Amino acid sequence: MEKSLIQRLLLSDTGSKILTIVIIFIAIVVPVLNLLVPVDSPLHISTYTVTLLGKYLCYALLALSVDLVWGYLGILSLGHGAFFALGGYAMGMYLMRQIGDRGVYGNPLLPDFMVFLNWGSLPWYWFGFDHFPLALLMMFAAPGILAFVFGWLAFRSRVTGVYLSIMTQAMTYALMLAFFQNDFGFGGNNGLTDFKEILGFNLQDNTTRCALFVASAVALLSGYAFCKYIAQSRLGSLVMAIRDSESRVRFMGYRDEHIKLFIFVISAMLAGIAGALYVPQVGIINPSEFAPIRSIELVIWVAIGGRGTLYGAVLGAFVVNYAKTFFTAWAPEAWLFILGGIFVFVTVFMPKGLVGIYNQARSRNTRKKSMKESQANIRNS
Amino acid sequence: MSTSFADAIDEGNTVLSFPELVASLTTKKFDEKAVIIKKIQESEHPQSLIILSKLLDGKIYYKKDDKTVVIADITKKTASIINASTGEPLGQTTKKKLKKVGINNKLRRALNSSIAQLSLNNEDPKIRKSAVVEMFKNMDDEMSSILQKQLGVEKNKHVIKTLETAISINQLKSSVHDDKLQAIESLSNSLYPEVRVALNQLEKNLSTSPQTSQTLTLIETTQNSLKKIESRVGIYKQIENIFFGISLGSVLLLIAVGLAITFGVMGVINMAHGEMLMLGAYTTYIIQLLLPNHIEYSILISIPTAFIFTGLVGIGIERGVIRFLYGRPLETLLATFGISLILQQAVRTLISPQNRAVSTPEWMSGSLDINPALSLTYNRLYIIIFALLVLAGLMLLLNKSKFGLQVRAVTQNRSMAKAMGIKTDWVDAFTFGLGSGIAGIAGVALSQLTNVGPNLGQAYIIDSFMVVVFGGVGNLWGTLFGAMTLGIANKFLEPSMGAVLAKIIVLVFIILFIQKRPRGMFALKGRSADN
Repeated sequence: MEKSLIQRLLLSDTGSKILTIVIIFIAIVVPVLNLLVPVDSPLHISTYTVTLLGKYLCYALLALSVDLVWGYLGILSLGHGAFFALGGYAMGMYLMRQIGDRGVYGNPLLPDFMVFLNWGSLPWYWFGFDHFPLALLMMFAAPGILAFVFGWLAFRSRVTGVYLSIMTQAMTYALMLAFFQNDFGFGGNNGLTDFKEILGFNLQDNTTRCALFVASAVALLSGYAFCKYIAQSRLGSLVMAIRDSESRVRFMGYRDEHIKLFIFVISAMLAGIAGALYVPQVGIINPSEFAPIRSIELVIWVAIGGRGTLYGAVLGAFVVNYAKTFFTAWAPEAWLFILGGIFVFVTVFMPKGLVGIYNQARSRNTRKKSMKESQANIRNS
Repeated sequence: MSTSFADAIDEGNTVLSFPELVASLTTKKFDEKAVIIKKIQESEHPQSLIILSKLLDGKIYYKKDDKTVVIADITKKTASIINASTGEPLGQTTKKKLKKVGINNKLRRALNSSIAQLSLNNEDPKIRKSAVVEMFKNMDDEMSSILQKQLGVEKNKHVIKTLETAISINQLKSSVHDDKLQAIESLSNSLYPEVRVALNQLEKNLSTSPQTSQTLTLIETTQNSLKKIESRVGIYKQIENIFFGISLGSVLLLIAVGLAITFGVMGVINMAHGEMLMLGAYTTYIIQLLLPNHIEYSILISIPTAFIFTGLVGIGIERGVIRFLYGRPLETLLATFGISLILQQAVRTLISPQNRAVSTPEWMSGSLDINPALSLTYNRLYIIIFALLVLAGLMLLLNKSKFGLQVRAVTQNRSMAKAMGIKTDWVDAFTFGLGSGIAGIAGVALSQLTNVGPNLGQAYIIDSFMVVVFGGVGNLWGTLFGAMTLGIANKFLEPSMGAVLAKIIVLVFIILFIQKRPRGMFALKGRSADN
């Protein structure tokens, strides 16, 4: 019996099933409760919550991209925040161009910060960003090209392990420094903000926000299916083989660096899409997204959820970010203690994350059950 | 003061004693004060230099009741006063009982030149020299003749040189063509910024005056002199850059050397290394708070204290967390990052999120003036020496001691070392402690260069990783090489393209560099390098 592709990708195991159902559920229910239920009803979901959940969905997609390279390929990238931010900047540039002459200075040709810096004309790399298709292309291409160049240089010369991690960190650090510069042409410290509309729809509108929310959910689910597709394919087996023993794969005649590069670029593009969806929802993109700590933080989302499972990454992104929202409001002082504690605790005591704990508990249960059954059988006989 | 008294001074035929002279400073008329200042200078009394310089600083007061002129050190309401003419302390008084001896700009100029002329007679050649340098800006014929006289009696060759420079600066204003020419030529050997200003001024004046053949030669000579000076200044600028680079390099060396040890021996990337640095810097700060009266020594006490404290914290981290994670380097990286977050937040909560300033002891402040275009600050100089001492000590420890032998054995072949009876656990813990302790020492050094704050470690950690990656792991020479190269490269790129762009270029360079040598400049060779 041939299973359909969707079944194979999204409903093959319990984790995937739960994830698919939950995401489809919230993608339908949240906009309905926001748009159709009256504001004074207890069931109403505020636009703030919609945006917050939308943010989590983007983070989840970002976590997926990290899990793809870390959990499956075994590369600990401490620079995925950079790909996320690049995607975000590509979207931000499109949104900046959409402002047109409605900026503070009312200049129809230049974004506000360029007017402020007394620039005469648009820098060449801003051309074309008023067309959405090109901007969309750049959301994939900008992180993709960076990942390609970086990965090509790194994997070709067999930079691995902690060296590679540190180099990715240096990469995002260098980009952060560059984007903080005013004359780099991306708005300096303030970044890009004050967006008005996307594709002609007002960004402050509830409907637009809900549409972005649904788009994020769809992106997450498609990203999930795509990652799963890779993981289940022949390529996926090779990827995991590289993770477990890279030199053996190489000795068997595979070009491991090509496979690594391919996965790295795909993952960077996923991160870029996450960033592109994130920016219109939060309304700002600035260089702090490049900060090394952001990239390390998202690695911990994956670690806490359980790496190498994909749905674990999504779970981790939701759990940590919900905790962050909760604690930064409740006890901002305590948040860094908790985050630091999670880093230590998870790596020492939960190497397989939350998913691992669940699986362990289940297998213990089944073992107990089977033991009881066998004992019962013995007694009966 | 009585008018007759002032008249007596004006006539100049009354010889007043020094205390009387000082007492007459209480007059309200600035013209009279100018005369008195001149007289005080000419009296060559041992107190006169002190009185004049204090007057310039606005610290000369007189008591309202008995009009005694005093030097007062005022803090809020109270003031400790010293009799100006005798120098004997008069104890405490309140601010209200004192009246300030005021000065105006004209008097300030007069004071400056009087102080300078007085200093010319000082025994210390350094003071004489700086007195002459002080005069560069307002040279006139009168001053020049004083200096000519001084030239006759001066013995010290540095002072003679400065005197000649000062006279030449004045000579630039001369109306005699040959004198002018000679002055311009002789000034071409001087590096003082004032000389450059004077020559530039001259060039400007000449180019607006009528173009005779004489002025043309003068202009040409001036331009040549300026060019000569500029090129020499340029060379010294480069030397200064190298010095800055070496000093940045030695800071990086201090930070990275601990990292290199932990990474080299244990394969552990310690992301909390920066926080060890921060803890070391805070140790300095706290010790200074505990010993407010011994700033001079507190830094010397801080060095061992910081080493022990951060070393113990390091051993604690190793025993508490890292030892469960051996063989999983990426997880160690994450766990130590978590520790760094906790330590940062702990400092923020326990001490303060604000930056704190650590004061520099007297013997570390100031600078070594090699020539007017090149001066090296002592704190940087000491840090360079200190970094090299630490490196030497560490090499000695690793190469000559029993502990070092064990560390090297574990680095090269862990299981074999274990089989030979080395307690690898123990070696790991102490190596980690050693690396952390050295980071603590680096923090002490860093506290002398920058403010101490919870984010101190973050600012340097990526740079020091780059040093380790660039220099190669497991070899302290590699670390030295990496630190110095990166430090100097940074400082050389900085002037032309700005600090941030320089940093970016260095980072990009390293990313490209490890293409060629993925294991750094001085990589370990042989079997141990395969892992």
